[in-house]
Amino acid sequence: MAIVRIAPAVNGYFAAGILPAKEVAMSNYVIEAENLTKRFGDFTAVNEISFHVEKGEIFGFLGANGAGKTTAMRMLCGLSIPSSGKATIAGFDVYKQTESIKQNIGYMSQKFSLYEDLTVLENITFFGGIYGLSRKEIAVKADQLLHELGLFDHENTLVGSLPLGWKQKLAFSVAIFHEPSIVFLDEPTGGVDPVTRRQFWDLIYKASDAGITVFVTTHYMDEAEYCNRISMMVDGEIKALDTPENLKKQFNARSMDDVFFELARGAKRSGD
Amino acid sequence: MKTLSFLLQKEFKQIFRNPTLLRLIIAVPIIQLMILPLAADYEIKNINLAVVDVDKSRYSEELIQKITASGYFVNIGTTTSFDEAFSWIEEDKADLILEIPENFERNLIRENKERLFMAINAINGVKANMGGAYLGQIIQSYNAEVRMEWIPDTKVPPMPTISISSLNWFNPSLNYDFFMVPGILVFLVTMVGTYMTALNIVKEKEVGTIEQINVTPIKKLHFTLAKLIPFLVIGIFVFTLGLFIVARLVYGIVPAGNIGMIYAYLFLYLISVLGVGLLLSNYSQTQQQAMSLAFFFVMIFLLMGGLFTSIDAMPLWAKWIAYLNPVSYFIDFMRLVVMKGSTFADVKHHFMVICGFAVFFNTWAVISYKKTS
Repeated sequence: MAIVRIAPAVNGYFAAGILPAKEVAMSNYVIEAENLTKRFGDFTAVNEISFHVEKGEIFGFLGANGAGKTTAMRMLCGLSIPSSGKATIAGFDVYKQTESIKQNIGYMSQKFSLYEDLTVLENITFFGGIYGLSRKEIAVKADQLLHELGLFDHENTLVGSLPLGWKQKLAFSVAIFHEPSIVFLDEPTGGVDPVTRRQFWDLIYKASDAGITVFVTTHYMDEAEYCNRISMMVDGEIKALDTPENLKKQFNARSMDDVFFELARGAKRSGD
Repeated sequence: MKTLSFLLQKEFKQIFRNPTLLRLIIAVPIIQLMILPLAADYEIKNINLAVVDVDKSRYSEELIQKITASGYFVNIGTTTSFDEAFSWIEEDKADLILEIPENFERNLIRENKERLFMAINAINGVKANMGGAYLGQIIQSYNAEVRMEWIPDTKVPPMPTISISSLNWFNPSLNYDFFMVPGILVFLVTMVGTYMTALNIVKEKEVGTIEQINVTPIKKLHFTLAKLIPFLVIGIFVFTLGLFIVARLVYGIVPAGNIGMIYAYLFLYLISVLGVGLLLSNYSQTQQQAMSLAFFFVMIFLLMGGLFTSIDAMPLWAKWIAYLNPVSYFIDFMRLVVMKGSTFADVKHHFMVICGFAVFFNTWAVISYKKTS
């Protein structure tokens, strides 16, 4: 029962067949995926997923372990070339324009990926620099960022010695430091305490308000409620996609937990 | 260019923040250059000699005296029983037995000839050969002395003697260190180039930061250069430390050739071996894999590079391995330029080959580094 709700404008787009190029370019979708598939040998990790994400939206990407979330996200980030299907990220093609995609996105992986042997400020400077910001811009923005995060006294602290919650907030801030149009977050709050998770989501809302599209995977169902829309992946396919409210109605569930159980129960791939 | 400056800043900071690595960079060249040339010496000394002196005459005493005075042999005991001496060989106390038979002196004088017997423990072939040869020479020269003693009055000796005088070029004192030290310098920069680069990149894979790098618009060439340049600098530093501090102060080696040319070659050589390090890192996922791979290749590079054994003496198939080995060109280059003072015209071939290696390994490394799978 694939209930992939496609936004009306997209329906219009497909119904009309051809639209003037100008209108396509003005399309509000920053992520468009159509029948995106990734196979590893005989194994189909991601099976023909289609969805669209609007600019500034917080899009939750849910699914059990092994459902194919990370693989799908890696394709969208230009880290992995799809086996078939189409997708554009910020208007760039996932097959041919991976490097242009990379210029326009931010990425925070499951594995903590700032340099632990560099200080807070050095990490900010490095990642700002490789996205093409000038040293002057970096200095101004870093100052502002450190104040916002309350890390001003710690700019010369090695990242390795920060508490995990701080590291994660810093990693997120570094991922959006170059003001990308989309930021991909792969289980960003794993292992973080509830208070810090709350603060983390404040940061996500702030980024979303600033027009940055947030694409986030999570296992926490309370976090799922914070998203504008959610997709549920089961065995490499998107089995449901809607707002948290509508999903709960649709599955006659009281909470997102129940929705998740309802959908994931039928999964053939066992989690790890 | 601007991106590269950020990348380099990061690499240098990380390297200089690693105290173990820094200590290694300084200590390793000094210690290795002090120990290896002294240990890896072909000159065989301290050969343990057992003498079976059945004759116990003046002549036999003199001969034994002469042998021990040569400095190559240590007389571990004199006995009259060959069996006893042989038991010393079995117990590994003796390397060589010299048997002086009964009536050695008498037969030598009366019959004008006598035989000596040598039994050699040939487990260590080199030691056995050299020991046998040294002993043979000493006996020959003793033989000549005895002859001269017998014919003091005759103006013309009954047997014409050819005397040989030789002049040793490029290393007049036949100092073995002069041969080894330039080679060990090459060994050091090879280690820096392959191990350090390979481990550095694979560490980023293990920690997961490479994923973060791959998702940025960094160009493959910039990333590669940023990994190469710090180790190029370290390699040049290690070489300089070895050449100007240890080689000069400890061994008194002053390069006979042009220093600028040595550095030009070092630069090209480092780029080649750094390329090898990059390649190894592209094909390994963990530091353990990278270490094992690097160990395998460095081992072959060094043993087939003419550091310890002469390439000229290798079988043809092995020579081909040596020809495909960048290490052998640098070792040869160093010996030619440092000891012989060869000029660019003499080593033009070496330059051409190393340029080829540099281009080959690095092109392969940049191509095989994949940001997208």
